[in-house]
Amino acid sequence: MTASSEFHIELKDVHKNFGPKKVLDGINLQVKRGHSMVVIGGSGTGKSVMLKCIIGLMTPTSGSICLDGQEVGHLPQHERDGLMRKFGMLFQGAALFDSLPVWENVAFRLIQGAGMDRDEAREKAQEKLRQVGLSPEVMDLSPNELSGGMQKRVGLARAIAADPEIIFFDEPTTGLDPIMADVINDLIVDCVKRLGATAISITHDMASARKIGDDAAMIHKGKIIWNGDVANIDHSGNEYVDQFIHGRAEGPIQMDILKA
Amino acid sequence: MNPLAIIGQFILGFFEETGRLSIFTRDAVRHIVLPPIYFRLIFAQMVKIGYNSLPVVGLTAFFTGGVLALQIYIGGSRFNAESLVSSIVALGITRELGPVMAGLMVAGRVSAGLAAEIGTMRVTEQIDALRTLSTNPFKYLVVPRLLAATITMPFLVLIADILGIMGGYIVGTKSLGFNGAVYIRNSVDFIEFNDVASGLIKAAVFGFIIALMGCYHGYQSKGGAQGVGRATTNAVVSASILILAANYALTSLLFS
Ligand SMILES: Nc1ncnc2c1ncn2[C@@H]1O[C@H](COP(=O)(O)OP(=O)(O)O)[C@@H](O)[C@H]1O
Ligand SMILES: [Mg+2]
Repeated sequence: MTASSEFHIELKDVHKNFGPKKVLDGINLQVKRGHSMVVIGGSGTGKSVMLKCIIGLMTPTSGSICLDGQEVGHLPQHERDGLMRKFGMLFQGAALFDSLPVWENVAFRLIQGAGMDRDEAREKAQEKLRQVGLSPEVMDLSPNELSGGMQKRVGLARAIAADPEIIFFDEPTTGLDPIMADVINDLIVDCVKRLGATAISITHDMASARKIGDDAAMIHKGKIIWNGDVANIDHSGNEYVDQFIHGRAEGPIQMDILKA
Repeated sequence: MNPLAIIGQFILGFFEETGRLSIFTRDAVRHIVLPPIYFRLIFAQMVKIGYNSLPVVGLTAFFTGGVLALQIYIGGSRFNAESLVSSIVALGITRELGPVMAGLMVAGRVSAGLAAEIGTMRVTEQIDALRTLSTNPFKYLVVPRLLAATITMPFLVLIADILGIMGGYIVGTKSLGFNGAVYIRNSVDFIEFNDVASGLIKAAVFGFIIALMGCYHGYQSKGGAQGVGRATTNAVVSASILILAANYALTSLLFS
């Protein structure tokens, strides 16, 4: 594929309101092809909403969203759904289908979307599960028989099953113990590298951010208030970022919360 | 607060909801005819919605037929019209009580179940996940349930008709002292094809309403467990009211 733009994903002045409530308030963000961007920020600042606008689950109120330089933010829904092929997404709560066994979750897009034969899809699911470190024994279990970490891994396997060119991870390590979190981080790095995909990950977890990201951005009150190389995050010179990465209760963010 | 404002808000809310439901219904119906069609899912839902409702529908119809026979006997004996029991039971069951009782029972069972299932999928982002996996939630979730309910309800009502008449027969012969053969002949001679057919048409419409209300309220639910609970209640209440309203409209249409 020939990139017609320097950036694989580009957001310009994206706004999203729910009724009177402004959630995204002019987001500007660029991600280069093959790069991995981590987005940090407090709870409820619109990180998930931003991902959903980019992937097409929500339509932005205004602003431009470009994939490879092509405007997609305001396409009609069925055309937008047609672009889903390019994407894989690991949801915040894994969002596995609890009516289907693990292997059908992983092979879902192959069977329903691409019409692949069930036996072939099952083999492909087994291979993807192995890539995320799960043995074939889990294939026929129901998702709610799995631990949180295993569910995240199945979600990851499902997201990468059809070799997407863009992958989103919404809080992939939230709620996991530190060791499992690190396992997931490694898997994410590994999968993104293997696919050569462009990735955006949302996280509160600085260890995870440093491990997964090439670039980082911080979102606060619906705006990107800092972005740059992940290696520079410790001397960003931005007091909001400093407060966030050190997890301090006092600082400009708290001031804003009290004012709000 | 200004009472006029409250009334205005109520009316606006009503039209908003009607509009949302109309769009939802239009989308659902459009996806029934557009490919792909998931036959495997339609069949699975026919089992869940139709087959699994057999016990509750059958028992309801059986007891309704029985009590109908008792009441008509008591009422009829005041005019020396006891001999009409079997005919009136048969008419009442096939034209009205079979479809309506089955509709209300299935509304309680199925609308609630569908709203809870789809509502949970909504609040746990499974519906969003479906879309990211290039699968249209209307086709995958709504259409199979609508079709399954619309197709299976007439069969359920046919069985309800038979069991209801049987309930009347058992009460008639065991406790009211009717002769079995005469009772059956009076029922069969008196019923016309139209009586049964109109009931089955009603049944199909009720099936559609039941699945539509379950899917619609589940699909719109938000706000965690509380939201799913509200969706479940709304689904059952609205399905029941719509069934009764549709029943009146269909009766005046079919028998005019
Ligand atoms: N579908 C929706 N309808 C109304 N408000 C929403 C919706 N989705 C998200 N919000 C609101 O948007 C804000 C940001 O949510 P979200 O992006 O999920 O936060 P986070 O940054 O923690 O991922 C929250 O205040 C939430 O209540
Ligand atoms: Mg979130």
